[in-house]
Amino acid sequence: MSRQTSQKIAFALLTAAAVVVVVPIVLVIIYITIQGIGAINWEFLTAMPRNGMREGGILPAIVGTVVLTFGTAIVSIPLAIGAAIYLAEYARDTWLTRLIRLAIINLAGIPSVVYGLFGLGFFVLFLHLGTSLIAGSLTLGLMTLPIVISTAEEAIISVPQSFRVVSISLGGTRWQTIRHQVLPQALPGILTGIILGLERAAGETAPILFTVAAFYLPRLPRSPFDQSMALPYHLYVISTQVPGMSTEVQYGTALVLLALVLSMNVVAAILRSRFRRKRRW
Amino acid sequence: MSLQPKISIRGLTFSYDGAGRPVLTNINLDIQSNEITVLFGPSQGGKSTLLRLLNRLNDLIAGTKMTGQILLDGQDIYAPGVNVVELRRRVGMVFALPIPLPATVRENVTYGPRLKGVRDRHHLEEIVERSLRAAALWDEVKDRLDEPAGALSGGQQQRLCLARVLALEPEVILLDNPTSGLDPISTAKVESSLQELKKDYTIVMVPHSIQQAARIADKAAFLLMGELVEHAPGGELFTRPKDKRTEDYITGRFG
Repeated sequence: MSRQTSQKIAFALLTAAAVVVVVPIVLVIIYITIQGIGAINWEFLTAMPRNGMREGGILPAIVGTVVLTFGTAIVSIPLAIGAAIYLAEYARDTWLTRLIRLAIINLAGIPSVVYGLFGLGFFVLFLHLGTSLIAGSLTLGLMTLPIVISTAEEAIISVPQSFRVVSISLGGTRWQTIRHQVLPQALPGILTGIILGLERAAGETAPILFTVAAFYLPRLPRSPFDQSMALPYHLYVISTQVPGMSTEVQYGTALVLLALVLSMNVVAAILRSRFRRKRRW
Repeated sequence: MSLQPKISIRGLTFSYDGAGRPVLTNINLDIQSNEITVLFGPSQGGKSTLLRLLNRLNDLIAGTKMTGQILLDGQDIYAPGVNVVELRRRVGMVFALPIPLPATVRENVTYGPRLKGVRDRHHLEEIVERSLRAAALWDEVKDRLDEPAGALSGGQQQRLCLARVLALEPEVILLDNPTSGLDPISTAKVESSLQELKKDYTIVMVPHSIQQAARIADKAAFLLMGELVEHAPGGELFTRPKDKRTEDYITGRFG
């Protein structure tokens, strides 16, 4: 086989692989949209559920998921970025940092239902937070930490060392260098990690199952210590627990959840390109 | 010579890892102010390492080992309690490749002063103009101060890096092969600005070539395999070297 032929075959295979990756996501979006679009109307998005969730809207679930996502962000982002900066910029290779890294890897490997159980045992019962938005946010925040830490650390490490040396040589302290050179340049990458983590948190069912989610609560949450409905759990409930549920409402709910998560992606993409335009290497 | 040297290096031995071969062995060297001292020799001779020791940039590397002393105005810069940040403001460094920070021309010049706490707009404007003039760059960039520094040509970027150091009003300027990536015209501009700058500063430079060393050195130090072979006024060292190895190197027999 000539080199040109093998080059062509390799190129074709790689292209095929790339296309195959795109197909499922496109199919999922199209299928959910076709099945669910009929359920989407103003009432569906803005009203309380009625008649055992068979009628009315899903507003409490939408609000619950949005609030939980913000709560997760507040819990996880400062902690994760702090840890990432420490690991990337300050930590020497000692048994302690090796232990921290090991912990992060293992944290990422824990099944989400185990997070849910831990949240129930620790936040809900031991800390007496009750089944509440705050307990759910803490549980989801914990689950999100490893993703954000790893991507943020990666982004920080990939800032070229030469900028650090220049900043230090111009009389910058270590922290000034991190603050003024490293973090601004790592920001797009850090943002990607945050969004990846929050998207996962927004869509998870198991961790909120025991910590925050209400089966049927047709009102908006009033305080952080309130229970709340949430989209993923609501979807699970109406798909499995409610007899006589129309499939259109089920797919409509799935479509709303999908749209919420994908719109976070879009926002992240816009922010990233903003930052990139501002800072050119 | 009764004058106190600006920098005095005493019995300096340095290695990157405690066990390995020292990169610098027992260096003794006095550097006078208002002169250009050139550290030259074949690669792997320890020139850049020596330069980086003078403002403690090697502190960033873990596991190094140093014995001996480096005195700046008679003060040991490695003594405990020395403010390293302050030291690096007094002893500035220009690197081999121009590394503009990802910001505008103006922000690059004011970066050091702003970190030091200078906030006053007028003062910063003065610093920008003074530094860029001293680096022979003002006329070329005075209308481009708010453009990204990366948009300047290579030669302009390197002079910007020089201006950035000058903005801190250092006492010593270290230059690690600052013209390596530059064309002859830009090189000439950098060299002539150095001739101006030595009136106010102490300059220590690793040159691009023996020719450049001979052109600009007031004092020249020949480093070979981590050893200081010979140190003399430039005119003397390049015309009547005392050491056979220096002679062999500058006449092109090796290196």
